[in-house]
Amino acid sequence: MTLAQAPSYPVVTGLGGETVGFVAREDYVEAVRALRDAGYEMCVDVCAVDYLGHPGRDLPDGVAPERFEVVANLLSLSKKERTRLRVQVPESDCVVDSLFSCYPGTEAMEREAFDLFGIGFIGHPDLTRILMPDDWEGHPLRKDYGVGRVPVQFKDAPGPR
Amino acid sequence: MTTGTRDTADVGRVGSSGALIAETSERGQEMRRRADTLPDELARETGAVLRLPEGIVLDANSIDIERPSDETMIINMGPQHPSTHGVLRLMLELDGEFVLRTKSVIGYLHTGMEKTAEELTYVQGATNVTRMDYLSPITNELAFSMAVESLLGVTVPERAIWIRMLMSELNRMSSHLVWMATNGMDVGSTSMMIYGLREREMILAFFEKTAGLRMNLNYVRPGGVAADLPDGWEDDVEIICDTIEARTYEYDELLTGQQIFHQRMEGVGSLTAEEALALGLTGPLLRSTGVPWDLRRAMPYLHYDDVEFDVIVGTYGDNFDRYAIRLNEIRESIRIVRQVVDKMPAGDYRTQDAKVTPPPRGRIDASMEALIHHFKLFTEGFRVPAGEVYTAIESPRGEIGMYLVSDNSSKPFRLHVRGPSFVNLQAVPLLMRGGLMSDTVTVISTIDPVMGEVDR
Repeated sequence: MTLAQAPSYPVVTGLGGETVGFVAREDYVEAVRALRDAGYEMCVDVCAVDYLGHPGRDLPDGVAPERFEVVANLLSLSKKERTRLRVQVPESDCVVDSLFSCYPGTEAMEREAFDLFGIGFIGHPDLTRILMPDDWEGHPLRKDYGVGRVPVQFKDAPGPR
Repeated sequence: MTTGTRDTADVGRVGSSGALIAETSERGQEMRRRADTLPDELARETGAVLRLPEGIVLDANSIDIERPSDETMIINMGPQHPSTHGVLRLMLELDGEFVLRTKSVIGYLHTGMEKTAEELTYVQGATNVTRMDYLSPITNELAFSMAVESLLGVTVPERAIWIRMLMSELNRMSSHLVWMATNGMDVGSTSMMIYGLREREMILAFFEKTAGLRMNLNYVRPGGVAADLPDGWEDDVEIICDTIEARTYEYDELLTGQQIFHQRMEGVGSLTAEEALALGLTGPLLRSTGVPWDLRRAMPYLHYDDVEFDVIVGTYGDNFDRYAIRLNEIRESIRIVRQVVDKMPAGDYRTQDAKVTPPPRGRIDASMEALIHHFKLFTEGFRVPAGEVYTAIESPRGEIGMYLVSDNSSKPFRLHVRGPSFVNLQAVPLLMRGGLMSDTVTVISTIDPVMGEVDR
């Protein structure tokens, strides 16, 4: 597939004039590879979003909202264009293929998404936590993970809760 | 102290030992012995993975991958090491003086700023993001503000746009000056350290005069900037430009032609354009390989298409190219700043949309409506229409992007920061492969990571 052909997934134009594609999970890596071959030299960013509590977001027809979304931002230096791919990832089967084989630079970004959202990336060479300690439990950027607090002692604070 | 379950209620619990903080482990993130490392991971740590997707296999002769592990040594560099510019921890596998593998372990400065951003209103948001890349706070605020503005559909007044450009370029100069200083310190030129920080001081003093703070300015805000430029700012800026421009030629004398500096920098940590693109590197790292990619030129934002400047590129992608690029970018920024001074229009410094901009202090006593607006803005904040946007601008370290998702409330639903340092740090194994232990210091230095942004 080249960019001359229309992509097989729904596409809208984003606020910054970039292309936003809604690609199915199975076709994700194929779509990225097609874009890479069509001149998108760089994957600038991979991140995840937890849409728990905000299910009614604006999605094109035919795209069923799931709890998680993995968002990949591709950049074409030659065309001076950006394309963003949004992949729906269900909570029950929280994995998606890794982009590592297309863009080795997604390694740290996917580790970050794994660390903070618990989304598995199939084919990632070293899927460990990156920002949190290794024995941390839970994935902090999930919406059902509390913000937490540190007790601040002003004066005459009670003992341990 | 045991590390038990850690759900919300457990965070900060006082344990039996009385310590507030549980011991944590980095074990799985650390570098392991070769026998315990998967082939993919091993290739990654030797900086060779890059070539794999293209079908080029590892050159076994260029570095001895099959070396028995009892002849090599894995050591820690950092997190508390003066040359790691913060709390970067590198694990190096050494064969004598030569680096075979490198793995960076990060997260020591992780404070959950993306999570915090979801708890702060858009009004407070700039205060949060400005603390990420603490050497270039203006670019963080600018990327955040531009993301919010594009979701809001607010137009920013002309003067605010030019003020933003002025401050961004001054900030680029100060950030590169700190880099010149720390890089000088890393290669043993302590004079350069003092000079770099001395010149930066002038810019910080101007920031203090304008925004009230030297760092973490919270100056660029959604809708414009926090305050107008102070009286006589043209003279201040002119003095800054003249002084620093003259001093960049002193740096030339001190470093550029100097033999020892050349030997430390030239040909060390070289990188090709393909490798840089595959790794997603941006900023001076990418430009050092000869790719003329600067978002100010390639995808202009603010009014960068109205000013003249050159995009500085290198040839060999080595440490010296990155040094030369940063030094010359200071000069280009001076050039931009001078044009901005000439072109600065009169007018508002923030949008007059009362739903975004708080009313002036005097109006609050006179107008009930202004009082309500003031109260609403500082308690609830303004609501931003639902949607998602990715805004990227050129920070001194590369492309800083803000991916903002809004659910029509007054707090971001999700704010993801694409930190250039975070991505650029992935070049470390590649740049150090086969190099000398002493060169790790210059390699880290020329990547110029700011750990506040890496760990967020």
